[in-house]
Amino acid sequence: MSVQIRSLTRRAPNASRKMLDGVSLTIEDGAFVALVGPSGAGKTTLLRTIAGLDGPYEGTVLVDGRVLAGRPMRERRIGFVFQNYALFRHMTVARNISFGLDVLPRGERPDRGAIAARVAELLELIQLPTLGGAYPDQLSGGQRQRVALARALATKPGLLLLDEPFGALDPIVRRQIRRWLRGLHDQLGLTTVLVTHDHDEALEVADRLVVMQNGRVVQEAAAETLDAAPATPFVMEFLGEALEFPGQVAHGRFLPDDPNVLSFAVGAGDGPATAYLRPHEARLVAAGGAARAIPLTGGQGGLRRLAVALGTREVEILVLPERLGQVGTEGLGLDIGRARLFRDGAPLAGAPPVASGQELPRVTVG
Amino acid sequence: MVFCLRRRDGLPGLSISIAFTLVWIGLIVALPLTALVLRPWQDGGGVMLRVLHDARMYAALRVSFGCAALAAAIDVPLGLLLAWALVRARLPGRRAIDALIDLPFALPTAVTGITLATLYGPTGWVGALLARAGIRVAYTPAGIVAALMFVGLPFIVRAVEPVLRGLPPELEEAGLLLGASPLQNFRRVILPPLLPPLVAGFSLAFARCIGEYGSVIFIAGNQPFRSEIAPLLIVVRLQEYDYNGATAIALILLMSALACMTGVAALRRRVSRGLVARGAA
Repeated sequence: MSVQIRSLTRRAPNASRKMLDGVSLTIEDGAFVALVGPSGAGKTTLLRTIAGLDGPYEGTVLVDGRVLAGRPMRERRIGFVFQNYALFRHMTVARNISFGLDVLPRGERPDRGAIAARVAELLELIQLPTLGGAYPDQLSGGQRQRVALARALATKPGLLLLDEPFGALDPIVRRQIRRWLRGLHDQLGLTTVLVTHDHDEALEVADRLVVMQNGRVVQEAAAETLDAAPATPFVMEFLGEALEFPGQVAHGRFLPDDPNVLSFAVGAGDGPATAYLRPHEARLVAAGGAARAIPLTGGQGGLRRLAVALGTREVEILVLPERLGQVGTEGLGLDIGRARLFRDGAPLAGAPPVASGQELPRVTVG
Repeated sequence: MVFCLRRRDGLPGLSISIAFTLVWIGLIVALPLTALVLRPWQDGGGVMLRVLHDARMYAALRVSFGCAALAAAIDVPLGLLLAWALVRARLPGRRAIDALIDLPFALPTAVTGITLATLYGPTGWVGALLARAGIRVAYTPAGIVAALMFVGLPFIVRAVEPVLRGLPPELEEAGLLLGASPLQNFRRVILPPLLPPLVAGFSLAFARCIGEYGSVIFIAGNQPFRSEIAPLLIVVRLQEYDYNGATAIALILLMSALACMTGVAALRRRVSRGLVARGAA
């Protein structure tokens, strides 16, 4: 099921603050979309609005081209998984899962055998075939999460909405469950919207990311392009560790304020600009500068973490371990040729494509 | 069982506390109860036999238990509504209502009784209105129920309120999103977690109502076999210097109350399934 949202605005009750501010968004049928952003960005509010929870709003929300407001919930075909799972503690797992079927009017309700078969099928799907008789309080967090998912899936929704579903799980279970969820999405042909504040999770599981900040959509893009072409410095910083280098563009080159950072060619007009790049995208070069490298403990994906002492500050970068042997630790310069340039919070037109000088492996940095 | 406690427990000095508690329970609760159990037999079993053949006592017990059960039962939906209003509705003057609910706890029961008798009496505000409709409340069992409802209501409200407050709103939303009608949602999602506190509140109110004396006698009319409650009959016997008779009635009252409470406790365990950790129910 597709979702179209046009200039959606919601205000906090009893306050003029806008929880959502002119949000427009299209979610294609069959897409797996992650809403990401810091807490208070309006992700959950947006998700709840799509589900038709909460009060009035301005703008339009269409699901499969139709306004949902005023239509009975069971016709909406929306499955929702809450952050706290909201399982019914007084019911067994099986009764929780069959709830959506049990409350159907008599004419539409499958008979007992069919409901039991559907529950068994879902228990199989969530890999808890023996736990139908257990109560939610007897389950672990990951099991509860899957039961909540099975409950939402029992009525065969077309649109699955998940509010921080992995928040309370430990990292291993988290990774397992999100893989499994992605598989389920593909297998059942769902349209899925996931809210998370963890960009790693979003990048791993979703096709498209919607980055939100202060009730607005800052950028909406496929996972791969988001990192390459962030719309604002906020997106750049939200998606991972980012280094910031203020400077000037003059005569077709970006000149960092720091003399130990190398300039590079850009196709932009003269004026102030700020360069952002990931720690693994910076390169150390033996340029006779005054920068010094100080090895630090730790690293990521086979890369070594270094502090680079520039004139007035230190930045931490990631390099191949052998690189240090090649350039030494003194008299260095920092090459930031792969940086994204921003002026006044917007990407600078004509900045070089990111793919200049692919010397280092691309890793996602957490 | 009590003594095989784990060594490290959250409460410091647990064994001393338990010893102290047991002694205290013994002195304050068990000793008087034992005296109550033993006293009627002091002059032989004849007293007990006589009392057991007293139809007036059975009538009084029937009135006491019947009215208490009815009053507590009526209080359950009322208390639930009141708790709901306190927790969910942003009523103006919510704090004032909140304070008012506890008032029946604080009022001397005689004051309650006189107030209610005045109110429901044939010339009282409510009593006059009801009299015009042909309904008599004061000096009938209905008056007893009215008085007991007043006394029992806070127990229900105070038992349900914290549980209702702790009920995550997502539960209701989940129910609605899964297609439940508001009525189904209330019956299947909201009510079951509230049943244990409702039953607990009912049992507290019921227990209090069985023993209630002051607020009832002014409005009940106290006609033997019709609107005489068991606690009053005990007082009557005491005034007749029939101490054995009084304690015998008290013993039977105690036994019946104990049986009722056990039944209610069993009911509470039944409705608590899944809601409390295993074995702790």
